Amino acid sequence: MLVRTEGLKKYFKVGRDQMLHAVDGISLGIEQNEILGLVGESGSGKSTFGKTLIGLHPRTGGKAYYEEQEIPAKFSAADHLAYSKNLQMIFQDPYSSLNPRMTVLDIVGEGLHIQGQHTKSQIKEEVATWLAQVGLNADHMSRYPHEFSGGQRQRIGIARAMIIKPKFVVCDEPISALDVSVQAQVINLLDDLKNSLGLTLLFIAHDLSMVRYVSDRMAVMYLGTVVECGPSDEVFFNPQHPYTKLLIESNPEPDPKAERARQHASIKGEITSPINMGPGCRFADRCPSATARCSVENPKTKHISDQHSVTCNLFD
Amino acid sequence: MSEMDDTFKDNVLEVENLNVEFSTYGGVVQAVRGVNFSVGRGETLAIVGESGCGKSVTVQSIMGLLPTPPGKITAGEARLRGNNILNLPAKEANKFRGVEIGMIFQDPMTSLNPTMTIGDQISETLMVHRHLSYSDASAKAVALLEKTRIPEAKKRAAQYPFEFSGGMLQRAMIAQSLACNPSVLIADEPTTALDVTIQAQILELMSELQKTEDMSIILITHDLAVVAKMADRVAVMYAGQIVEMGTVDEIFYESAHPYTMGLKEAMPSNRKDRAKKLTPIEGSPPDLFSPPAGCGYFARCPHAMALCETKQSEEFILTSSSSHFSKCWLQHPEAPKTDGLFQVGDDDAG
Repeated sequence: MLVRTEGLKKYFKVGRDQMLHAVDGISLGIEQNEILGLVGESGSGKSTFGKTLIGLHPRTGGKAYYEEQEIPAKFSAADHLAYSKNLQMIFQDPYSSLNPRMTVLDIVGEGLHIQGQHTKSQIKEEVATWLAQVGLNADHMSRYPHEFSGGQRQRIGIARAMIIKPKFVVCDEPISALDVSVQAQVINLLDDLKNSLGLTLLFIAHDLSMVRYVSDRMAVMYLGTVVECGPSDEVFFNPQHPYTKLLIESNPEPDPKAERARQHASIKGEITSPINMGPGCRFADRCPSATARCSVENPKTKHISDQHSVTCNLFD
Repeated sequence: MSEMDDTFKDNVLEVENLNVEFSTYGGVVQAVRGVNFSVGRGETLAIVGESGCGKSVTVQSIMGLLPTPPGKITAGEARLRGNNILNLPAKEANKFRGVEIGMIFQDPMTSLNPTMTIGDQISETLMVHRHLSYSDASAKAVALLEKTRIPEAKKRAAQYPFEFSGGMLQRAMIAQSLACNPSVLIADEPTTALDVTIQAQILELMSELQKTEDMSIILITHDLAVVAKMADRVAVMYAGQIVEMGTVDEIFYESAHPYTMGLKEAMPSNRKDRAKKLTPIEGSPPDLFSPPAGCGYFARCPHAMALCETKQSEEFILTSSSSHFSKCWLQHPEAPKTDGLFQVGDDDAG
């Protein structure tokens, strides 16, 4: 395992005696050169998990390991410098994640600059190489972010993360702000980089079809917990947890005949607030198969096959 | 005369040769360049395309919501039951907008007034257009919220937008747009900001209300999966023009324009045998400051011919039913045959 968590927790204090349980005990592992897809509704804690994993949030509890070495719970400045060589992140919104007052050269080269092992001209050369790698022109270096389209900005964000030559990259909804035709460009680029650099990726998204397409394994999150995890095709075509089933049933596909044949069973209600949560399964209030037991007893994670695990009381 | 009456019955809304320009510091952007379509009664027409293709501008022009200046409708007509509704003074426009045509927007959080309760915003519509008293309008607002299945509608009506989740806000906006029983509902990317689970709820709600209220829907989206789920007919827009139009099955199973094909191939399939790579559409849409003389898709099209660069294609009608057309020279009888694309004379192949 390149990266691994054990019962990772991240709570936010949101007021007097109010704790928001954003990530509440997640144990996941990601193998070298693997893409793990992380899906779930907004508010399920996907991004917080990604950020906590690479130290952008101090964690509240649990453990995280990189190459089987424990990652500190709270990063010091030195930790940030040390870990950012290997752990990087690509952000969701290509508009707000690039500093509008910096040129592309400064944005992409900043990581190298901070690490202080390159001269200015070396940095410039590296930036040019990476801009070409992600399909931009080296002439774009002196431009500012507003001069680029959403897809191009996302490429700048990718170049900024990749120039450090990280081993592990958290991609936080890298395509959800992009047009369909551009999404495919970015996905193919990530796939090429994964293969040429031997990257390991945590791919966070809410587009189930895309996550299934991109990732080797897929984990489904609900209110801070992972409810199901397994090989992508297995989770997608043979979902076990009631939530995964409903999520996949709600996912429309670009095929009118299939859509007409679809049984309409949309999921009831909305995701509840993760503030001061009591015991029991988080999905109990929306679950069509919930029993009295589900609202009092925390479900345990069971393996239904070698790689496929479900966290649900129905599987005892 | 009787023929005209029939046309009104079939087509609630007809748009003809719509042209919209925006004056900017950089020059004039020709955002919409000659768009024609009609919407039948009870029908759902989806307009699909990438950002900047002019789909939102088209419906904003119909609704009289185009910011003028910089926007300007330079030509065309939009007829609601036969009467032109473009370029009307606000007083005239207010007789139909929000009454006969309702509209919902992509981002409910910024489309509703944060300083008014949800109930008051819906009542306002009824008081302005239907001249109801405040108490009658408030009671009707609660009934409308119930219709869009907002639980505890009475309590919710007294709340402000910030107290609502995204999905609930979208329901409230639908309730507001239904207040005056419109015959057409324009939905501009109604579920783009929502999760799949909430998207499914909202789309199902829209389909149900369409039946009970006997509405036509114009659905603007970039998501082909949403189109497949909702649409009866589809218009594919690119660079300010409709490049292909047909029934939902024709567009998906007999795609005749290379751009439609490109959009389809850029999406991951849900089938088990996944192709190894997605096929992106390389390049980006043309600059509409000076739109190309020929086909707007020329620079990105894998099948482009010399003719495409200089001359715009006519709209070739493809099937015996006249519902399906493609604005592409490949449909010319003398054009070379192309693998994968539906072409004239392919009727048996489909």
